Amino acid sequence: MVCESWKAKLDTYLDGEVAEGEMRSFDAHIRSCLSCSADALTRVQMKRAIQAAGKRYTSSAEFRKRMQQKIAAKPQRRFGLSWTLAAAAAAVILVGTLTSAYLGSRPGRDQVFSEIADLHVATLASSSPVDVISTDRHTVKPWFQGRIPFAFNLPELQNSEFSLLGGRMTYLEQTPGAHLIYDVRKHHVSVLVFQERSLPARLDENSVSKKQPFNMETWSQGGLRYFVIGDAGAADIDSLAKLFKAAS
Amino acid sequence: MPHFERLYNFACWLTHDRQEAEDLVQETYVKALKGFPSFQPGTNFRAWIYKILRNAFLTSRTGLKATATVQLDLESEEEALPAATETPESILLQRSDGRLVQQALEQLPVAYREVLLLCEVEEMSYQEISATLAIPMGTVMSRLSRARKALRGGLQQQFCRRAELKW
Repeated sequence: MVCESWKAKLDTYLDGEVAEGEMRSFDAHIRSCLSCSADALTRVQMKRAIQAAGKRYTSSAEFRKRMQQKIAAKPQRRFGLSWTLAAAAAAVILVGTLTSAYLGSRPGRDQVFSEIADLHVATLASSSPVDVISTDRHTVKPWFQGRIPFAFNLPELQNSEFSLLGGRMTYLEQTPGAHLIYDVRKHHVSVLVFQERSLPARLDENSVSKKQPFNMETWSQGGLRYFVIGDAGAADIDSLAKLFKAAS
Repeated sequence: MPHFERLYNFACWLTHDRQEAEDLVQETYVKALKGFPSFQPGTNFRAWIYKILRNAFLTSRTGLKATATVQLDLESEEEALPAATETPESILLQRSDGRLVQQALEQLPVAYREVLLLCEVEEMSYQEISATLAIPMGTVMSRLSRARKALRGGLQQQFCRRAELKW
C-alpha cells in the first residue's frame, strides 16, 4: 500500500516536478524499494524512447533555404517599417515578402543600425537574455575576458537610475562584441560594444536614422564603437551614454 | 531562427504531413510577427510561440478534423496501471525499437500526442505546458498520465501483433 502512493507520483517525480523536500524522500525510497526502482527504470526507458522517437522530423534543405533567404533579406527593409514589425522581425527572424528589391540599395550604416535593433529585441525576447547574470560590474566585465578581442570599462552606477542586469557575447557582421543589459524604470536598455575597425560601415553620432523605432545613441571612443539602444526615453539613453563615456 | 527546427518537428507530429507542417510553421511566424506586441519580455518566449503554432493547427482543416474525433473521456478518472517489472513494452523499449514507438505515438489522439511531445521531446516544465496548451496544471498532469498509459497500451498491442506474426 505504501508503494502505491509513491507509484502514483512516480511520473511526476521522474519529470522533476515534485517539491524539493519530497524529491529527497523519493530518492531515498527508490533506492530502498526494488519494486519502485524497477518501475522507475521502465518509465525512464519509456521517456528516453519517446524522446528519441519524437525527434523525428527535420526540415528540408529547400524550406530552410527559403527561410534563410528571408532572414538575410529582412534587415534591409526593417527600418522602413513600424516598430511592431521591426521588433517581431527581430524576434522571429523570419517572414518578409518585399525584400529583394531593397538589397544593396540601402546605406551600410542603416544595415548596422537595423542589426543593432535586431540584437536588442531578439535578446529581450529570449528566455535567457544574459549569459552572465550580475548587477556587479566587477563580475560582468571579467566574464568577457577571453570571449571578445578587446577590453572596455563599465560605469559606476551608484546614485544613478540605472542598474546592470548582466551581459552576453554577441556578433555584428561576424564581429564579436559585448552586449550589456541595463534596467531603468522598468525599461531594458542594451549597450553594445564592438571594435570600430571591424564594423563594415562608417558611423557617426549624427547618422542614427530618425525613423528608427528605438532611441539610440552611438559614438566611437578608444577604438571602440558603442551603441546604447532601448525604448526608454531619449534622456535616459543619453544619461547612460554619458556614464559610459565618462568611464572609458 | 529561434526554435525553428523544433517547431517544424512538432508541426509534423501534429499534422502528419510535411507540406502542412511547413505552412503551419510559416503561419506561426507570421502570427508571431503580427502579435509580437502582446509578448511580454521576460516571460516564456518558447511557450508563447508554441502556443501560436498549436492554435494555428487547431484552426486548420487537419486540426479541426483531429480534434473533432477526440474522445470525450480524455480527462476522466481512471485507475493507474499496476506496476510490473517486466512488461511487453519494457521488452520492446529495451530492444530500442524506435519505429514502434513512433507508430504508437502516431496513433495517439492529438491531445495525448502533443502533451507527451511537449514534456518528453521539448522537455517543457508542467508550467510551460500549461501555458502552451492553455490548460490548468492539474489537467497537464492527468492528461500526461493518460497519454503515457495510452502509449503503453499501444505498444502492448504492437507487441502482441508482432508475436502473432512470428507464430
